[in-house]
Amino acid sequence: MKNFDQITSAHIWVLDHQEALDFYVGKLGLEVKTDISQGGFRWLTVGVAGEAVPEIVLDVPGPPVMDEKTAGQIRELVTKGATGVVMVLRTEDCFGLYERLRAKGVEFTQAATDHGYGIDCGLRDPFGNQIRILQPKVWKG
Amino acid sequence: MSREVEETNRRLLRARDAMDRAYEQPLDIVALARIACVSEAHFIRTFRATFGETPHRYLQRRRVERSMFLLRESERSITDICLDVGFTSLGTFSRTFREIVGQSPSAYRLGTAPVGGAVPTCFAMAWLRPSSFGEAKERSDG
Repeated sequence: MKNFDQITSAHIWVLDHQEALDFYVGKLGLEVKTDISQGGFRWLTVGVAGEAVPEIVLDVPGPPVMDEKTAGQIRELVTKGATGVVMVLRTEDCFGLYERLRAKGVEFTQAATDHGYGIDCGLRDPFGNQIRILQPKVWKG
Repeated sequence: MSREVEETNRRLLRARDAMDRAYEQPLDIVALARIACVSEAHFIRTFRATFGETPHRYLQRRRVERSMFLLRESERSITDICLDVGFTSLGTFSRTFREIVGQSPSAYRLGTAPVGGAVPTCFAMAWLRPSSFGEAKERSDG
């Protein structure tokens, strides 16, 4: 028997909740799955419209979860682009989506390119996290 | 860690991304400094302090990585590949390649099999970009 049947959520560091919403929802077109503020924290998740999972937790580093110095180190790594590719999003039309997102001012690291296994492009969120958009040649799942 | 440093990091990253996007174009420090919103001299200094190497070295490693890709995965001539990735002279290309990779472009081509199709290009581009931190020298010595 498998230990798990699905990856339901994953976490990324963002530097500001509102700015993250403007980007992930306003520009990329993901939808808010959960947004709960309570006692100083905010549980904010986004995902693909109509899909239950996975949910991506948009979390801001800072006290009381960690001290200000540690949060500063995370912010430094994020803004340097050192967090790597935080997610790959699948699309049916990579070339078209690339043009539409570019028109919205999304910052791309690589133009839509056919790599044989599929067409993909790379972009950054406003903070420095890297995201890939892939239109695979062979559709799994 | 001040907000000011974060802003600087993000702008330098934007300039670095511009180099990765247009690696075959001549290195334009003035344009990159403008993207980073700093003076030319300040740009080179802060880029190095932030990413551990100069913009020139960063771009060279990107170009060499792309040439390694073409040597591995295509049958284009070495001269064509040299021009494809932004070098303007074969001599500079061969010297830089050897200095960074530790062997000549033709020896690399002969000794290296293509990377399997299951590895995404973005991942291969990040990991196969030759390091400028001394590994090439160790490999050519050993």
